[in-house]
Amino acid sequence: MKRCVQRVLHIGHNIVNNHLTFTIDTLKDMHADVISSIDVFRGETTIILESKGLLQVCKTLRYDSQLDYNLLVDIVSKDCYPEEPRFSLSYILHALDKNARFRICINLSDENPEVDSVTECWKSAEWPEREAFDLMGISFVGHPDLRRILMPADWDGHPLRKDYPLGYEEVQFSFNWKEIDEKKDYAEE
Amino acid sequence: MNQVREIETTLDELKHLFSDRATSGDTMVLNLGPQHPSTHGVLRLILELDGEEVVSCVPDIGFLHTGIEKNMEAKTYLKALVMTDRMDYLNNLGNNLAYCLAIEKLCEIEIPPRANILRIICAELQRIASHLVWLGTSAMDLNASSVLIYCFRDREKLLDIFEMIGGQRMMTSYIRPGGVWRDVPNEFVPAVEKFLDYLPDKLADYETLLTRNPLFMRRTIDIGIIDPADALERGMTGSSLRGSGINYDVRRAIPYCGYDEYDFDVPLEDGCDVYARYRVRMREFHESMRIIRQALDRLEDGPVMTEDRKFSPPERSELGTSMEAVIHHFKYWTEGFSAPKGEVYVATESPRGELGCCLVGDGSPKPARVHFRTPSFHNLQSLSFMSKGYLVADLVAMIGSIDIVLGDVDR
Repeated sequence: MKRCVQRVLHIGHNIVNNHLTFTIDTLKDMHADVISSIDVFRGETTIILESKGLLQVCKTLRYDSQLDYNLLVDIVSKDCYPEEPRFSLSYILHALDKNARFRICINLSDENPEVDSVTECWKSAEWPEREAFDLMGISFVGHPDLRRILMPADWDGHPLRKDYPLGYEEVQFSFNWKEIDEKKDYAEE
Repeated sequence: MNQVREIETTLDELKHLFSDRATSGDTMVLNLGPQHPSTHGVLRLILELDGEEVVSCVPDIGFLHTGIEKNMEAKTYLKALVMTDRMDYLNNLGNNLAYCLAIEKLCEIEIPPRANILRIICAELQRIASHLVWLGTSAMDLNASSVLIYCFRDREKLLDIFEMIGGQRMMTSYIRPGGVWRDVPNEFVPAVEKFLDYLPDKLADYETLLTRNPLFMRRTIDIGIIDPADALERGMTGSSLRGSGINYDVRRAIPYCGYDEYDFDVPLEDGCDVYARYRVRMREFHESMRIIRQALDRLEDGPVMTEDRKFSPPERSELGTSMEAVIHHFKYWTEGFSAPKGEVYVATESPRGELGCCLVGDGSPKPARVHFRTPSFHNLQSLSFMSKGYLVADLVAMIGSIDIVLGDVDR
């Protein structure tokens, strides 16, 4: 069985090591046209990509034997409503042998929140992508089984969007009593 | 919303997930759960069976979805903390820890050493408590029901310790942004030491009951095999991954809370089956105890909350004499503190695997987005791959072996 070599590199959460620098250099060489910017915040490296280049970059990261990012840790979707581009997706990748971790970020517009699925690179992307589809309403092209995962199949809307209400009861005061009363679902006879 | 809608999902919509033999009636499609004792919560599995053999298994989750991530966006950073307790209900302190570490990373808060050591003790005690529940329930799934009673008896002692420090048995919210809620009482250290002396003998008993038990071995060896490459490909982490021989432990790979200063081993097994995952967890009990012993030796007096008054409440004693403290107290608990704009991701090792918290701040006192990378959600993905070709009875052993908590899956 394969055993991976682990090295403790840094105290705290920040992983900055040679492999990460090497990865960024390789990506800059191979995919310079789709890399928008590279950002470091609190020791975490984020590569911001144009969404059309996502699958190509992921294939390089996954299958290039020197890069070998074999664990897709998670996919995080965000809604920046009402700003545009509205949605963004973060893919957190980890190379176990090299103990390097960084994040790919892509931005998606409100009109067409659609991006290529990365399930062909990592099968573990299947459920996180379904989650982003279900809760944030982002479609993934080429996903084998894109259905709702957490909400019921007949649910309307995507709960994690910022324009989706939380569903609290609005408090009735004397000045808005009637207004709220009209919206209430009283049982009909 | 109040009109009755027809449920859209029928078996026809899930047809692509089953083989053609299901439509011809050659195989049987059977529903397992959501109310089923051996699914460890409300997990529904749609099984396609050829006799007793599993042809395909489609997990259906979401029965326990409570919208925690959405709710947290509407609360201040401090108030959202209590929701993390309720996520993975066997790892309450670990969830607090992941969330607090994310806040501390985003706001750059320094933690006093005593608080860090207390956090490690709490996290490891919680790991033992969670593993005890796993041991009891997964053994009961294989009809070794006496183990369950013993494990819950031992877990009760841990819950007493949590009650001592946090006031509650489970939903303690003891770990807070900036440190821990309050210092531990004087009885805490003797209680933990007493438990550490008590547990090894009991673990030896459970090992006698299970490890060399021929029935248990027949039910677990060569069952649910997932080789290392497949396990990684499907996003497995934690003890389940280490049962497939891959040395990945967040405490070692990306140390937090000063885990890199502790001496402990990462148990590995290369059986890749249910038995290997069992062996890994049984050895993890001892590693956790080793860490707690070292932590207790290092425990020195000192503050348990950050000195930075922006992120910590004023001392109770100041409230009677200082007007500023009263104002601060009021502002701290109502408005809360603001976090800068930015996105951070923090990984911790929960009893089930990598528990990550992704926190996005926008400069306001409420988080713009909180996302938890929950280990059970990702580990459960591998179940349908793992279970192909095994019997239904073995499927139950596999669910136990990946140690899922449905609160953690659905959030």
